[in-house]
Amino acid sequence: MTDMNLTREAVRAIPDRLEHPARRALKSWETLLLAVAVAIFIANSFASPYFLDPWNLSDATFNFTEKAMIAFAMALLIIAGEIDLSVASTIALASTAMGAAAQVGVGTPGLVAIGLAVSLACGAFNGALVTGLGLPSIVVTIGTMSLYRGISYIVLGDQAYRGYPADFAWFGQGYAFWVISVEFVLFALFALLFGILLHATNFGRAVYAIGNNATAAAFSGIRVERVKFILFLLTGLMSGVAAVCLTSRLGSTRPSIAMGWELEVVTMVVLGGVSILGGAGSIPGVVIAAFVMGLVTFGLGLLNVPGIVMSIVIGALLIAVIALPRLWRKWRG
Amino acid sequence: MRQEIPPAAAGPSPLPHDAPILALRGITKTFPGVRALSDVALELYPGQVTALIGENGAGKSTLVKILTGIYQPDGGEILLDGAPARLDSPQAAAAAGITAIHQETVLFDDLTVAENIFLGHAPRGRFGLIDTRAMRARAARLLQGLGAEIDPGTPLRDLGIASKHLVAIARALSIEARVVIMDEPTAALSHKEIEELYTLIERLKAQGKAILFISHKFDEIFRIADRYTVFRDGQMVGAGLIAEASEADLVRQMVGRDVSQIFPSRTPRIGAPVLQVEGYAHPTEFADISFTLRAGEILGFYGLVGAGRSEFCQALFGMTRPAAGSLRIDGQPVAIRSPADAVAHGIVYVPEDRGRQGAIGAMPIFQNVTLPSLARISRNGFLRLAEEFRLARDYCERLDLRAASLDTPLGTLSGGNQQKVVIAKWLATRPRVIILDEPTKGIDIGSKAAVHEFMAELAAQGLAVIMVSSEIPEILGMSDRVIVMREGRIAAELSGGDLTPETLVRHAAGIGETGQ
Repeated sequence: MTDMNLTREAVRAIPDRLEHPARRALKSWETLLLAVAVAIFIANSFASPYFLDPWNLSDATFNFTEKAMIAFAMALLIIAGEIDLSVASTIALASTAMGAAAQVGVGTPGLVAIGLAVSLACGAFNGALVTGLGLPSIVVTIGTMSLYRGISYIVLGDQAYRGYPADFAWFGQGYAFWVISVEFVLFALFALLFGILLHATNFGRAVYAIGNNATAAAFSGIRVERVKFILFLLTGLMSGVAAVCLTSRLGSTRPSIAMGWELEVVTMVVLGGVSILGGAGSIPGVVIAAFVMGLVTFGLGLLNVPGIVMSIVIGALLIAVIALPRLWRKWRG
Repeated sequence: MRQEIPPAAAGPSPLPHDAPILALRGITKTFPGVRALSDVALELYPGQVTALIGENGAGKSTLVKILTGIYQPDGGEILLDGAPARLDSPQAAAAAGITAIHQETVLFDDLTVAENIFLGHAPRGRFGLIDTRAMRARAARLLQGLGAEIDPGTPLRDLGIASKHLVAIARALSIEARVVIMDEPTAALSHKEIEELYTLIERLKAQGKAILFISHKFDEIFRIADRYTVFRDGQMVGAGLIAEASEADLVRQMVGRDVSQIFPSRTPRIGAPVLQVEGYAHPTEFADISFTLRAGEILGFYGLVGAGRSEFCQALFGMTRPAAGSLRIDGQPVAIRSPADAVAHGIVYVPEDRGRQGAIGAMPIFQNVTLPSLARISRNGFLRLAEEFRLARDYCERLDLRAASLDTPLGTLSGGNQQKVVIAKWLATRPRVIILDEPTKGIDIGSKAAVHEFMAELAAQGLAVIMVSSEIPEILGMSDRVIVMREGRIAAELSGGDLTPETLVRHAAGIGETGQ
């Protein structure tokens, strides 16, 4: 098919790979993380007789499904070298908007549309400030973190919105079949979609290229700002999905909803092996990390570990998250 | 701990027979694959300016780095006041009184003038704290000595470019320098500022300092230098007194060598016009660039560093928007607003700064190659790995790439092999016009030859090639036609018999023209 017939006397054959992809996967961070998840699972099942109960396990998934759905989009954003710390505040604002709409009798489809639209607008605002004005995303989203939740506080004060339509509870409290919750199905679905987007499309390849060397990516004809803007939109949108699920599960909206989640989402992403400096990471890693964090919190809860100790464990986990990948890469050379 | 330095020769006495402050003998420096300096000698005399002349890549920068303690020579000796000296760190060079003023000195906008001047060696007071008062007083004295009226307490941010330059010079002199190296000090200066620099150099001469003045501009050299030394390909090929030399002598020494033998012989088959550029202009970098490029042609762009060649090429590739001008491809007007547009129209650009703009070091070779071609080889936006490997293998093997596998991170390869991958990446898009910006800069001889040979093959297949190069042999050996740029404008278009080293250098430096 080529129009250049260059002949070289001794063309050197370059092999595609030296190592089979499966072999390489075996030595990856994700495999190590999976082993950790299995170990925690086994430890939990020994520590508490209630752990292996299917309904208990199903309950455990609510510890991470909403955060993980944001973490998938956040993983792409961090791989591209940006970050969004306003995700939890976006949930608050989207939930407040849904609550206000519910008060005037908007039905479930309308509520979902409003929640998603508000969070998409939040993402678009972040994206416009970062890509349009060239501001650093960490500063922009620390700002909008206060801004979005601030609006929620102004609207609600110390009040709460209740009175959501009965069928709105389906997202956060419904079950698809047996013990499998609607949220878990959404989690699995988005894991698949984001996994395909990052690992199997041109768009995903552009995300890696931008995170590794944005200048060279631009010189390669990639529309860097556009890709980044789309990533902010996606992160906003996933915050909206989480807002729908969480609001539906709680059945109420307070301005303090999802407080501090941004750090848990970032922890999940980084634990999943995504480089905080950008350029590396995978969706399977984030999925496993979500299970690890969910299992740890749930296991400690079953053991009646007091909240203060649980926060110490989470803190230790956070530091381990930063240190372990580095030690791991050092060990792998 | 400052080493004791005997006082400099008192008063202005620029006699040629003074003993040199600094003398280099038989200095050799080798990098993997490249001999940067081979048995070079240099002498710097008190109260005199010695001009160091040579093409890009002649070894001038390497020499400066040896003098300032950044590189260690592999062989030869450095004599300070006749005694052997070791400059094994920048601190040792500073202690020996050797200082350099670079084209672009790193200064800190948010520190004061005095803090910038004394950063790293500020006078200390009690408890080891910085003695701000003493520092400002010394800074004021230094600036006064330069004839600059700048308050040492001013934040650097508030100064203009020219004043910042003076601060950089004051910083260089703050270590009680005896030898001052000026590496293309006028490159960023306006006419008036250059005049002020000359005054300053006269002042330093009067203080008995030895000055090494590196410049491409002959008018400056004849204006300010007392002596000259010429480097070519890492060797010293001539030295003497400026008063006894002519421009023609210096140009001949700079470029005089056989240039034909190492380049592929080709019989260009030049076809129809592919690219027509009309009146391209940029607010600051270039103006009024017009030319026509034909299929099968290699068009060289020659000029000094800063002549606007790369800036123009990047505008052509859509990285920056031109302020004016139009473009035709195959006679059809097109607008290029982004690199994506350029690639879509078949114009590709292999950048000069490979590490920053060309290669994505952490990504595998094959992903680097396919990055701009993904739209073509994917299916509905989904990657097809087998196609990717096929495309990458195809082009990497044609460029005779040496790599363990296509899955190897690009950053682990040698510079020459990385460059082959970057070229492969662009050829894989099947372009009409390929712009190569310093395509063989910093790569070994073997890779150089491979790149040249490949360039010739591309032209033979009907590609239109633009090659930006600062290396005269490369320009002469590869180009069918050469555009010489000077200060952002086309200074000359040369081909055939007009294409000689002397004409290139003359047009690039603006020699032999009356006024501007």
